[in-house]
Amino acid sequence: MNQTLVSYLSQYEFYDVLLGLFGNNQGLLATVIYFLFAAAIVGLMATIGGLGTYAERKISADIQQRIGPNRVGPYGILQFLADGVKMLTKEDVMPFTADKFLFYLAPMLALVGVLSTLAVLPWSSGFIMADLNVGIFYLIAISSLVGVSVFLGGYASNSKWSMLGGLRGASQIISYEIPVTISILSITLLAGGMGFGTILSHQTGTPINWYVFHNPFSFIAFFVYGIGALAETNRAPFDLPEAESELVSGYHTEYTGMRFGMFALAEYIEVFVVCGVATALFLGGGNLPFNITLDIIPLQLAQVAIFMSKALLLYYVVIWVRWTFPRLRVDQLMTICWKYLTPIAIFNLVGCAIWTVVFNGKSIADLVFGGGH
Amino acid sequence: MTPAQFDGLMPIVILMGLAVLMFWGAHFASVLLAPKKPSHLKSTPYECGEMPVGSAWSAFNVRFYVVGLIFIIFDVESVLMFPVASIFQQLNKQGDGVYALEVFLSFITILVVGIAYCWRKGDLDWVKSFQVSLKENNK
Repeated sequence: MNQTLVSYLSQYEFYDVLLGLFGNNQGLLATVIYFLFAAAIVGLMATIGGLGTYAERKISADIQQRIGPNRVGPYGILQFLADGVKMLTKEDVMPFTADKFLFYLAPMLALVGVLSTLAVLPWSSGFIMADLNVGIFYLIAISSLVGVSVFLGGYASNSKWSMLGGLRGASQIISYEIPVTISILSITLLAGGMGFGTILSHQTGTPINWYVFHNPFSFIAFFVYGIGALAETNRAPFDLPEAESELVSGYHTEYTGMRFGMFALAEYIEVFVVCGVATALFLGGGNLPFNITLDIIPLQLAQVAIFMSKALLLYYVVIWVRWTFPRLRVDQLMTICWKYLTPIAIFNLVGCAIWTVVFNGKSIADLVFGGGH
Repeated sequence: MTPAQFDGLMPIVILMGLAVLMFWGAHFASVLLAPKKPSHLKSTPYECGEMPVGSAWSAFNVRFYVVGLIFIIFDVESVLMFPVASIFQQLNKQGDGVYALEVFLSFITILVVGIAYCWRKGDLDWVKSFQVSLKENNK
């Protein structure tokens, strides 16, 4: 049976107290706990998405030796709230030629696709809403909705810029899904399971036991995953679907106000999700650097802090990459995906399989220091 | 019913519901706050100030279909590989590692032959016609 947040919390005494308050109605209590946790996570993600836009502008300003936003709040940190209010008060314009239903649907699909992935993101060993045994597989599947929304947004606008951006976006997202999926496959192979709990249980807090340093192939797989994930989230240098110097604004040219805001929010949250997945798969997730025998809430919170700091560090790298590399051309994009990343990813998968058989599943650290599981 | 019997699907449904709620909430707030002064020119598709000619829903480059087809092939194959990858360690511990590796490698070989065929046929080149004419000129 899958471990869930409720089944984790039920080992504590306060769960029984809460259960008493709800008249021993397990289903109702589970719904309330899930709802509160989901609302907290969505709120946190919206804040991180908002702060992401602020961080993006501030870091880009730093890289380009400008000051960046500095008017709203101390150091301009409330800029994202001001942007949100601005978007709310902007007129909602829809082209009269657009497909109205799909035009409404596209930003909603982006948000649904991104927020549903949060269900399996492992904040700590206990705080994971649902540790599905198909965790990472579910995540790949549901985040494809974002690709659909990018294409739908471009198609439904019935504008030429949007159409080009949508087509590029669709072909880019589906192409880069292949190297990303195959890189994740090699980690699945090493961990012997698709659930995040299984994957994390084989890593510890010390870097030598992370999957990125498990063997040379998983080390390469980390970078293949990173490049592919950048492209899947339409981040520069792979931001061809919204290339502002060629396609005005790509697939969301015709979107104004809050619906554009939903696309932007979904993109920034997706970047965080991708960083979180990279953290969980390759960088040991929220595992503490020492063995814990007792399982108490403060230690779980420490795990959340470790997970968040690793993911946010990767987030910084994503922004850094955006303001460092020039955008690729569309044929270069396809060449990198199909002629470089996909063969390398398949090579990594084969390498991991052979490594598993030859060294009996041991990592480099196990071989050097004589450990092993 | 014990808590363990709640499988992981409930949080997913709740999160999806929250996403839809968030969208409609923001949409509703924007309907309340935003000005509404529609005009014909404002709602024409944006084409940098030019009047748009024709619809955007026209024929587009066939390359996108080819990419889609190649994607379908690889996606289905990677989906088929996920179960094998999940139990690979288990098979290895049972001593069937070499057999599992053989099966796995033969499957991947088919995949690699597929990508090699696409590569050879020039379907991985974005600008195929240009590449082909370049080769013919070199002959």
